[in-house]
Amino acid sequence: MKKLALILCLFAGGLLLMNAHYLPMWGDPASPASTHVSPYFIENAYEHTKTPNMVAVVLADYRSYDTMFEAAVVLAAGFACFFLLRSRARGKKGGHHYYRHIPTGVTIKIEEGGKLPAENSKVFRSIDALWTPYDPIIQTTCRCLIPFLQIYSLYVLAHGHYSPGGGFQAGVVLGATIILLAISHNLKTSLKRMSERTAALWSIIGVFIFAGTGLLCLLLGMDYLNYEVLAPLLLSDEAMARSHSILIVEVGVTMAVMAVMVWIYYNLSSAGQQDEGL
Amino acid sequence: MIPVDIIVLTLIIICALGALAAKDLMVAAIVIGAYSFLICLLLAVMGAVDVAFTEATVGAGVSTVFFVATVFQTTRRTKD
Repeated sequence: MKKLALILCLFAGGLLLMNAHYLPMWGDPASPASTHVSPYFIENAYEHTKTPNMVAVVLADYRSYDTMFEAAVVLAAGFACFFLLRSRARGKKGGHHYYRHIPTGVTIKIEEGGKLPAENSKVFRSIDALWTPYDPIIQTTCRCLIPFLQIYSLYVLAHGHYSPGGGFQAGVVLGATIILLAISHNLKTSLKRMSERTAALWSIIGVFIFAGTGLLCLLLGMDYLNYEVLAPLLLSDEAMARSHSILIVEVGVTMAVMAVMVWIYYNLSSAGQQDEGL
Repeated sequence: MIPVDIIVLTLIIICALGALAAKDLMVAAIVIGAYSFLICLLLAVMGAVDVAFTEATVGAGVSTVFFVATVFQTTRRTKD
């Protein structure tokens, strides 16, 4: 079986390499993409949307269907992790739990059926099975880093019209801050800041903002995701309406991607049980 | 003088083979992270800064974390 896989791999790779020279060269001005598609975007993007970053215009305006379904795919990935891991973990509730006696630092294992300390106990703190003494350097560094990362992600989102960046990247950086909190502190700490329910809700709302913007255009009598018709609602002319709508849909993408990243991490790092993480 | 993209491409191939050859899945996950960063570098050299940014955040950042989390919950050694 392994030999067969190797032969198939080499065959497919060889076929690709043999035919690679038919592809146009990188940056070839005579390639089909450069003769028909790109010039239209390059010449008209700024006039249509008053947005200097052409990539953002193509992603969120000209090719907004792509981005919308991309966000939907990310949401589907979150749902897949949720249904696969959470449903399997439901039967495994209970089991033993680990607690740390705060005054002495002794770790206590409470077997199934044992009496658990109160959730807000001053004497016991619940910890993970793989618990190692918290490193104050890592904890403090992460605590100092997280607010700046979050502000940076908001900058990436808001400045997407003028510089590289946009909804997807901002969402990932924002989600990474919550994951960083979970890694440096505890899964419970980050669950307290952002519960699974919040993550699920945010991801759905994010995709809904994107789809709802398109639906609003449809209701106002234009094509789906044709932002020009939103001009009276956004109190601006048609070009600026498209510029504002790009920001609106990117906020939706950010919310969806951020929440899904956190959601997937919660389920993956705890095998769906969400009582203890890495 | 060797162009930058040739150096980066060579490193990418080395990383890809290294990730395939590693017996420890944690090593493979980290090498895949390095691979993603090199892809990001290549995209930046080619001028696709937006895509490079996405690759750096998604490919090198979050998916490495997901791989490591999965390795922790499953097994560290490969069967083959």
